Amino acid sequence: MALCGLLASPQVARAAADGAVAELRNEIQQMKRDYEARIRALEDRVQEAEGTARRAASQAARSEAPPPPLAPARSRSANAFNPAVSMILQGRYAAFGGQEGQRQVPGYLLGEETGRGPKGFSLGESELDISANIDDRFYGFFDVAFNQENGDPSFDVEEAYLQTLALPAGFTLKAGQFFSAIGYQNSRHSHTWDFIDQPLAYEAMLNTQLSDAGVQLRWVAPTDAVYLELGSEAFAGVSYPTSGRANGGVGSAAFFAKMSGDIGDSSTWKAGVSYLMTDPRDRESTGSGAAPLRFTGDSDIAIADFVWKWSPHGNFRERNFIFQAEYLHRHEKGRLRQQVGAAALAGRYRGDQDGFYVQGAYQFMPRWRVGLRYGQLFSSNNVSGVDAPSLARDGLSPWRASAMLDFSNSEFSRLRLQYSHEGAGLGNDNLLFLQYIMSIGSHGAHQF
Amino acid sequence: MRSRTVLLLLLLLSVGGSASPARAALRVFSCEPEWAALAREIGGDRVKVHSATTPFQDVHYIQARPSLISKLRRADLLVCSGGDLEIGWLPVLLRQASNAKVQPGAAGYVDVSQHVRMLDVPSVVDRAQGDIHPYGNPHTQTDPHNVARVAEVLAERMAQLDPAGKEHYQARLAEFSARWTKAMAGWEARAAPLRGMEIITHHLAWVYMAHWLGLQVVGHLEPKPGIPPTATHLSELLRSLEHHHVRVIVRAAYQPERPSRWLSQRARIPAVVLPHCVGATPEAKDLFSTFDDLVSRLLEATQ
Repeated sequence: MALCGLLASPQVARAAADGAVAELRNEIQQMKRDYEARIRALEDRVQEAEGTARRAASQAARSEAPPPPLAPARSRSANAFNPAVSMILQGRYAAFGGQEGQRQVPGYLLGEETGRGPKGFSLGESELDISANIDDRFYGFFDVAFNQENGDPSFDVEEAYLQTLALPAGFTLKAGQFFSAIGYQNSRHSHTWDFIDQPLAYEAMLNTQLSDAGVQLRWVAPTDAVYLELGSEAFAGVSYPTSGRANGGVGSAAFFAKMSGDIGDSSTWKAGVSYLMTDPRDRESTGSGAAPLRFTGDSDIAIADFVWKWSPHGNFRERNFIFQAEYLHRHEKGRLRQQVGAAALAGRYRGDQDGFYVQGAYQFMPRWRVGLRYGQLFSSNNVSGVDAPSLARDGLSPWRASAMLDFSNSEFSRLRLQYSHEGAGLGNDNLLFLQYIMSIGSHGAHQF
Repeated sequence: MRSRTVLLLLLLLSVGGSASPARAALRVFSCEPEWAALAREIGGDRVKVHSATTPFQDVHYIQARPSLISKLRRADLLVCSGGDLEIGWLPVLLRQASNAKVQPGAAGYVDVSQHVRMLDVPSVVDRAQGDIHPYGNPHTQTDPHNVARVAEVLAERMAQLDPAGKEHYQARLAEFSARWTKAMAGWEARAAPLRGMEIITHHLAWVYMAHWLGLQVVGHLEPKPGIPPTATHLSELLRSLEHHHVRVIVRAAYQPERPSRWLSQRARIPAVVLPHCVGATPEAKDLFSTFDDLVSRLLEATQ
């Protein structure tokens, strides 16, 4: 309509338009003022809100009130109390000149696990550990190992024990099946060893590692600067160096004392003496070089061990050095029986056997370690009435020297290369091993 | 027979060694120096405090030394960062020490991670991410507000374990808290210009400090938590710096200098050791001077 009017009479239209424009201008000015005021108000409000939020955030951060959730919300299920489960995967490749499986060590009657294992690829000792606090007074641990020691796969319960957490006066009681605390190396699980195999003396005298069913009582002295621990164990007497559950199923007993101290922040030493007394009944020994021998009598082992660990300022992560040495003396005295064809032979045997090893492992940079180990055995035996060529060769002093290099990508994985040479009655053999040790599941804590 | 003689000898030795000087009402075993220092602030002369580690040790990797078992066996109160930080060694010490007073759940067991707000709690837990902690980042001590909170917990537990000293602990807590609150205001005022600053840290051990001071952590020298820095990762980090304005590279006293020096020289960014706990730098003599020094070093590096 306005457009029509404008076209019809330009003059009138102009006058009218002037008035309208002025009015419009006024209105626009007014609107502009309105909006500016509103925008300013909005800006103020935004700023205020921001300030409040910032204050709230910083107050929340500084809040001294008890904190909100500490752990990610867990699903409510019967699994909440699942024990800590960890699995150690171990595998290896081995190359050596001599025979797989059983072997002879001159001067010694051996247990069944002293072989070198299979050549080529094989599973090492892969183990499954399950542990948890049972209640406020007991802790439980179970570990089963998958073994392929002599080619045949087997599952062995290495440890299955309960341990007290709250006996008074520094006492701890352990019951079940467990690694004996004698020596230093005996109670260490294979994935914590610094070499792929046990020292020669442990192989010859303890069938690599002594684990048996029984009880252990330990006492930690209330000392401050120097650590002192005394302990005693009683075992059924099933495992080598004993067998046959003598004395109504208490076939062996052990005593040990351990001391340790720190030298500054950088060094820690630990020394121990242990004594194992066993009464083997019809212990069958292999590796005698003839028909199996059955031993009945006494077999006692005394062990002295020493460990020294060093790292700059005690910061183990970057560089560290571990020195470890043990001396074992075994005394065996009793009767030997042997079935050779139709003839049943009986004889007497008395042996004094010594073995030691010395080893060092040096982590020269994070993740990389090198290690050297030397071990040797000595023996002096008196045998009569049976055919035991291995025991008779007691003048020899078999030895093994090993060198290893390992790499750990993280705390949970390790790859190892090891070379060993065996001499004097062990066949002048070279052994090469490649090994992996991987742990999955919950993070384990390792004893010193 | 011979072994019995040895045992007797050792027994005698132990009795001789156990004669200890002046008796404090409470023996405190602390996993880290910062909580040891705090326990001394709150306990005063009524407590005898031992720290299991020093500032120059990586607390993730501590040997379960038997001397620590001795200390823990006689402890009345244990205070540790917790959150699985000490999982590689503390559980074995606790079991071997067999001391009911400091077992988890007892009044004498203080796990700091259960008393402060945890940051970086992962929603997915997989070791392919490195050595992550399922309960959140355990390096809580670099935020003084957490220290204030733990001071209250310690005073409460000390009073519970040693009721005769209740007033003593409360008075010391009140005095400490007043000084601490004032000191915190000072640090926050001094560090105010740093707000929003981008930093790189060696390990992810500084998230609480970053949260407190409003700093942004844009990268770590470790490719994955717990995995030592590699050349490949550092090169990648160097390239990524083009998109950031990083002002400082932070590491703790126990971490090697080389990786941060490498990056510092190429990226022309200052590298600095910050005191992550009491004693970590020459200036960090107590809790107050530790945070004084932390703020000073940050300001100095970014000038």
